[in-house]
Amino acid sequence: MSSFLSSTTGAAPPQDMAARKEAMMNAVRQEMAIQNAQELMNKANERCFAKCVTKPSGSLTSSEETCLSRCLDRYLEAFTMVSKAYTARIGRERDARLASQ
Amino acid sequence: MDPKFDEATQKELATFLEREQASAKVQSSVHQLTGICWKNPSGCVTGMPGKSFSSGEQSCLANCVDRFLDSSLFLVKQIELKREGGF
Repeated sequence: MSSFLSSTTGAAPPQDMAARKEAMMNAVRQEMAIQNAQELMNKANERCFAKCVTKPSGSLTSSEETCLSRCLDRYLEAFTMVSKAYTARIGRERDARLASQ
Repeated sequence: MDPKFDEATQKELATFLEREQASAKVQSSVHQLTGICWKNPSGCVTGMPGKSFSSGEQSCLANCVDRFLDSSLFLVKQIELKREGGF
């Protein structure tokens, strides 16, 4: 970690350093967002395929496509709901811990 | 190679990365929980997905997260009790 943050010797001009810092942070944020979207798509595909394509035939039927499309919407909705519920729980646990201290 | 960051910037970046890692952990838990609450048998979305969630599915999803975490805490307590009991 430290070798990654301090690669070589010599201090940079402040402006240049601030710009590089921002660039690094944005790269990390972007990488995180991509990872998250990929994970979401992989899981949605896995679970919606299991639900909607029970007997794979020569091609996707229109009813399978309708099912997949609805399934994706519901999966994203479920993800959002779970995310909210989980965040709320983390908040409650933290409040309880602070109150008991 | 780029000149190195000063100490304050290094600290700021370290804090930033710690936060990002924490948020990645939360995200990964949300993926896991969504899977648990979605899938059968204890999952909430049974049968073919509809145009919207039924109210039953909605409350099930909301409860599922809290009950799963309750179960997790409960099991930890059970293990602690067993240990105290000389197991």
